[in-house]
Amino acid sequence: MPLSTAAKLPLVRQRVHWIDHLAYAALALVALILMAFLAAPLIAILQQAVQDKAGDFVWLDNFIDYARTPALLESLWNSVWVSAAVTAITVPLAFGFAYALTRSCMPFKALFRGITLIPLLAPSLLSAISLIYWFGNQGVLKGWMQGLGVEQIYGAPGIVIAECFAVFPHALMILVTALSLSDARLYEAANAMGTSARRKFFTITLPGAKYGLISAALVTFTLVITDFGIPKVIGGSFNVLATDVFKLVIGQQDFAKGAVVAILLLAPAVLTFAVDNYVSKRQTAMLTARAVPYRPTPARGYDALMTLYCCIIALLVLAMLAMAVFASFASFWPYNLTPSLGHYTLGLVDAEVGVGFMNSLKMSAGTAFFGTALVFCGAYLLEKTRGMDKLRGFVRMLAMLPMAVPGLVLGLGYIFFFNAPDNPLNGLYHTLTLLTLCTIVHFYTTGHLTAVTALKSLDSEFEAVSASLKVPFFKTFWRVTLPICTPALVDIARYFFINAMTTISAVVFLYSPETKVASIAILNLDEAGEMGAAAAMAVLIGMASTIATLLFMALAWWINRRTQAWRE
Amino acid sequence: MTHDTFLELRHIRKEFGGFTALQDINLDIRKSEFVCFLGPSGCGKTTLLRIIAGLEVQTAGEVHQGGRDISRLPPALRDYGIVFQSYALFPNLTVADNVAYGLVNRKTPRAEAAKRVSELVRLVGLPGSEAKYPSQLSGGQQQRIALARALATSPGLLLLDEPLSALDALERVRLRQEIRALQQKLGVTTIMVTHDQEEALSVADRIVVMNQGLIEQVGTPMEIYREPASPFVADFVGKVNVLPAHVSGGEMRFGALRLPCDGADRDVKVYLRPEDVLARPIAEGDPHVFNATIEKIEFLGSFCHVHVTSPALDKHKLTVYLSLNFLSEQSLQIGSTLPLRLLPERIKVF
Repeated sequence: MPLSTAAKLPLVRQRVHWIDHLAYAALALVALILMAFLAAPLIAILQQAVQDKAGDFVWLDNFIDYARTPALLESLWNSVWVSAAVTAITVPLAFGFAYALTRSCMPFKALFRGITLIPLLAPSLLSAISLIYWFGNQGVLKGWMQGLGVEQIYGAPGIVIAECFAVFPHALMILVTALSLSDARLYEAANAMGTSARRKFFTITLPGAKYGLISAALVTFTLVITDFGIPKVIGGSFNVLATDVFKLVIGQQDFAKGAVVAILLLAPAVLTFAVDNYVSKRQTAMLTARAVPYRPTPARGYDALMTLYCCIIALLVLAMLAMAVFASFASFWPYNLTPSLGHYTLGLVDAEVGVGFMNSLKMSAGTAFFGTALVFCGAYLLEKTRGMDKLRGFVRMLAMLPMAVPGLVLGLGYIFFFNAPDNPLNGLYHTLTLLTLCTIVHFYTTGHLTAVTALKSLDSEFEAVSASLKVPFFKTFWRVTLPICTPALVDIARYFFINAMTTISAVVFLYSPETKVASIAILNLDEAGEMGAAAAMAVLIGMASTIATLLFMALAWWINRRTQAWRE
Repeated sequence: MTHDTFLELRHIRKEFGGFTALQDINLDIRKSEFVCFLGPSGCGKTTLLRIIAGLEVQTAGEVHQGGRDISRLPPALRDYGIVFQSYALFPNLTVADNVAYGLVNRKTPRAEAAKRVSELVRLVGLPGSEAKYPSQLSGGQQQRIALARALATSPGLLLLDEPLSALDALERVRLRQEIRALQQKLGVTTIMVTHDQEEALSVADRIVVMNQGLIEQVGTPMEIYREPASPFVADFVGKVNVLPAHVSGGEMRFGALRLPCDGADRDVKVYLRPEDVLARPIAEGDPHVFNATIEKIEFLGSFCHVHVTSPALDKHKLTVYLSLNFLSEQSLQIGSTLPLRLLPERIKVF
């Protein structure tokens, strides 16, 4: 048999061209960066959680200690029920909104969608500040609220409402995507059989959006349970896990317990990540390439109802935003409402937020530039070069990991890892460089996925053709891959920039007075009782993000004209 | 190995995990030859091409090109041009930049490169398209440019991976003739992977028929068609009627027909091409003539595929090709009976 003679021959291994060695080295460098700034800090948390203060291994003693502290257990319960409540309120509301956007002929869809996405441009605690102006001790509508039987906004009610505003756009985006993936042929078949609208909704629409709903619920729950800014501002004496971590680590220097809480926070995020991964695979499998997209048909009564619903939601969002803007200009709330720039000068000059604002811009620009470069090169090396399969799998896993790590946990890991005196990278601690790196890693996965999608849409044989023409891969990367992918690059950069402007959770552990960023300054102003200045700074961040978004859009348009001429 | 062997494959084997994609492939390809790898999808033909290109690494075995062992060389150190089914033209570069892509890297002077580019686009029949972007060209034009790009550096070997599969039927026929003419003009050794037997028969000097990771037969198109080495080849290339038969006592019997046949007693299968059953001329007393009844007529234009049964064939169905003129001349229709003659020398027995 020829089979047996062939089996005796030695296994063939291709010689590695020096150019491929270059690709391996680059991939190893990406792996090294992700190991130092992602894997190592996470390991440091695990390590802290099983050590006592002297650094001895104590098994699960810290966890047992934690379980024996009633105050901490109460925070766990608070976190869980508040997150569950927000999920239960937000997901149905967002589903209704997404349904109106995708399945009705309502007018002004782009406007409605745009309004509900505005909160993404400002730090999430903006909604908490605004709520205080509406319902706080000196709030405009405090009487109404008390008439409804709620004694005060500080605590659980405030957290729940503020979080609903903050996570609404996230849930909405997921649900819009899920509801857009529909097959009109199913509805046509149902219509041909004379199915009632109600039955179509429960047998076609809802099952079709099932995975989107699961995903939206999980993301909402995770965002709420790991959010730090809102409970800090409006939580009062109502403790949750996220504020506990901060108190334990920064206040009491109890690193071990802090690490335990961090691991508790990691659990829902990891679960979300795993379920989401599974769900997104099922979602794509459901829709075949031959599906025909659903086109809603006008129906006057139904469309009017949907418009009314979206108007209410949009007005609520606008009310929340407008109050923060209004209050930031009010001279002395609530006694003197004449507009002035007092809060802005107080915040920027007296409280030196101006420096923080510059730091924010520097950090965001750095994150956008270096983050995009790292993410895109990493994705390119993973998708378009050959060999080193083990390292490749490892880097791929590291690139997906940040999705499962809440910012608070990542920041904590950075303290444990980079603040250790024997770490050679210790010099980075408290620097803007480390803040930038932390933010890049925090938001790595979304950028990575955008880059991978863009790269996957390229012909997979470009690299083979280049090799046959003896053109090194980096030349093809520069002449072909990069120019084709510029729209995706701008997208990634914009995402990095805006998230770096508004992030609080990861960087709250890492700043020093010199490297304080604007979003952190808001927290400090709020703590100092300067609500007006806090509102002013939050509005400023929102405006900076808006301007940045517009600039990125202009850049995308310009680049499109310059480099995408070949697209018809 | 003959003196003009250009590419030599020795004991090539490829496994993907537990799956054996190729088992012990041995093949010699002569200089300036046009060879087609033909087989159904999953037979390993593309894998074999990618091993020759160095895009896949064989599990075992050797590849020699022009007397040089290239088994372990990465793609960039081998000498070939390649064209893919998807064209893989760089969409953001003009036709000229695409064709010159490999030239620029070889420090070819600009003027010389430009000259070569215009020479190549003329060669593939698209003069004046240098400034266009690929998206402004039709599929067939894009594939011509991909061909020009592959030939720009004058490689010793041209690899074509299903280059015509993405094109419409008319364009496919036109381009395959152009590729053949170009190949003969340049004399470049060429390997084309295809699953389309007609394509392989019409352009190749030799066809390598593959199935389940093995070479079934290597031969000229005529040999492959007329002398299939295995039932698979007979079945895969062209249409064929398969009839059960029995050999005993130096004679093969199927239905009422008898043909001389050597060998031990056994059951066999008779492979008979539709065109080897004739409706005329019919000579009186010919032992290979039998009467058949028309069951179904599949109208395909000038020729019809006619399904017949015959008591002489034990009611087995047989497909024959009859011209439309013949059918109407003889006023044949479903249910009509006519005499048919088979060509015994064309029968293959497996």
